[in-house]
Amino acid sequence: MATVAAAPASLDRETGLALYRIMQECRLLETRAQELFFEGLVRGTTHLGVGQEAVAAGFGVAMRPDDYTLCTYRGHNHNIARGVPLAPILAELFGRATGLLGGKGGSMHLTSVEHGVLGSYAIVGAHLPIALGAAWSAQYRKSGQVAVCFFGDGTTNIGAFHEALNMAAVWKAPVVFVCENNQYMEYTPIGAVTAVPRPAADRASAYGLDPIVVDGNDVEAVHAVAVDALARARAGDGPSLIEAVTYRHGGHSRADPGKYRPDDEVAAWKARDPIPAYRARLEAAGVPAAELDAIDEAARAKVAGAEQEARAAPEPGADVLETQVWADGSSRWRN
Amino acid sequence: MAELTYRGAIAAGIAQEMERDPAVVMLGEDIGAAGGVFKLTEGLLDQFGPERIRDTPISEQAIVGAAMGAAMTGLRPIAELMFSDFFAVSWDMVANQIAKTRYMTDGQVTLPLVLRTANGAGLRFGAQHSQSIENWAMAIPGLKVVAPANPADMKGLMAAAIRDDDPVIVCEHKALFAEKGDVPEGEHVVPLGQAAVLREGSDVTLVALAAMVPRALAAAERLATDHGVDAEVIDLRSLIPLDAQAILRSVAKTSRLFTIEENPRVGGWGAEIVSLVADEGFYSLDAPLVRITTPHIPLPSAAALEDLAIPSVDRIVETVTRRLDEAR
Repeated sequence: MATVAAAPASLDRETGLALYRIMQECRLLETRAQELFFEGLVRGTTHLGVGQEAVAAGFGVAMRPDDYTLCTYRGHNHNIARGVPLAPILAELFGRATGLLGGKGGSMHLTSVEHGVLGSYAIVGAHLPIALGAAWSAQYRKSGQVAVCFFGDGTTNIGAFHEALNMAAVWKAPVVFVCENNQYMEYTPIGAVTAVPRPAADRASAYGLDPIVVDGNDVEAVHAVAVDALARARAGDGPSLIEAVTYRHGGHSRADPGKYRPDDEVAAWKARDPIPAYRARLEAAGVPAAELDAIDEAARAKVAGAEQEARAAPEPGADVLETQVWADGSSRWRN
Repeated sequence: MAELTYRGAIAAGIAQEMERDPAVVMLGEDIGAAGGVFKLTEGLLDQFGPERIRDTPISEQAIVGAAMGAAMTGLRPIAELMFSDFFAVSWDMVANQIAKTRYMTDGQVTLPLVLRTANGAGLRFGAQHSQSIENWAMAIPGLKVVAPANPADMKGLMAAAIRDDDPVIVCEHKALFAEKGDVPEGEHVVPLGQAAVLREGSDVTLVALAAMVPRALAAAERLATDHGVDAEVIDLRSLIPLDAQAILRSVAKTSRLFTIEENPRVGGWGAEIVSLVADEGFYSLDAPLVRITTPHIPLPSAAALEDLAIPSVDRIVETVTRRLDEAR
């Protein structure tokens, strides 16, 4: 039986408002990115994290500035939660020169090392061993840093998940593995392709770890398990595996309308939208609605400003096509 | 000079760099307490301790992935893949993650890491433990590939690979482990991307790599004594970066090129060399460019068959003389 972490009684006001602000910025940016995709401005593909903001915000606020984030191609939220500015994110989605990755990575690979984001990984499961390596490095350097690795429920069925969990447990590496169980591996219900009901938590005992399940739509509950797991990792008590139960409001990617999901299921989860739920909780705790409205307005302005900036940015030129293959900045492979 | 085996030169190169830089760490299967299945890492655990020499489970994705994560965050890890064939198990980490992350992040991420591996045939291990995988790796932008042919180069190229700020795959040839040779005393580093002209000659150029180098040298001696053919022998040492100028210089002198490759025929490194010479050295040529390779087959295990598959001294001599005769 999985243990379910309970929400804490209350958080300080400043932390609560930060959680709310981050979730709102994530939601507004993602929603706008979707519109801009249909407008043809966002190219390639996008995998939106709408509905899953509480996981990113809960962890992002709990982490130390020098902790490491490794996330998936559904990673915009996690970049925003670590403080990556919105304009370079949107510019990267547009394929512009001012993009976070200079237009070389795109939506699926957002990375900002200066904000602790060691990358968004688009091959399912790849970043779990990489997060373990970053944690090993922190352990060896005695830096007190923790690597936090976010992945989807589908990842729990790929080999790298199991290799990384085992090795992290054996090495007592300071890494927190966070499964965002949004119920679907791409287009297929996770339960239809997984031998156990809790795709992450039910595997924890195989690696000597506690099964931890948290309501991934309750930002304070996520924050509480994050604080706990980060402290354990920093204290040298090894890795954690956390299953945050949440839901993807939209389809898997791009224009996928997600029609394979029952209407009542979608409606039930949308009724549990983490953002209005948290707003209600903050209001009930005495935060004036006007203050929350002001946060909403500031987030809207921030997204609009970022869009304007990204729209105005030039496309990358031929001068950067063959740069940064090697550490000397070049792509030279012969004399 | 000190005499070392190729095997001993591997550990010597690693030890030299670990003494010099505390950021150098190593991980892999059986590398610590057991000293490695080929005894390549013997003594390193005693010298550097279990924090720097980490035994791992049989988890190639985790080994290579962990090396990447450590390299991103300030260490200079060395990951051992027991057999180069096992790259196939960790190919996502190698080809998709390690090779591409610097480019994809426009230079935000630097990956100073070494993937070292027992490569090549000669031990009768069959198709899944005998391959030469250099050409798998050289086809992926973002990976450097070296394959030393003697103890001195082994130590020196290992040191250079560890110091390099990019991912380097070091192919350690299984058939050479017991070979002895002189290695310079003290700190020894051989820069990546410099071929070595091991024998000067004026009639033909033989370009070889790793275990094919001693065969090319032996063939050159026979060509000289038995056939009056003066062969120049180039040890490429490094495929990426590639010393193209060394090859072009030699072909400008000899007008004839033979590549001697252990890998199966299609897409082998020699194809890249031949294409480069056809493009940039065409007007120096007097004869077709010839690749001497393993046939395009998985490697067999029986000694008689493996010996037929891999280019031998006999096959090199026979091919060179026959092709020279055809041209006359």
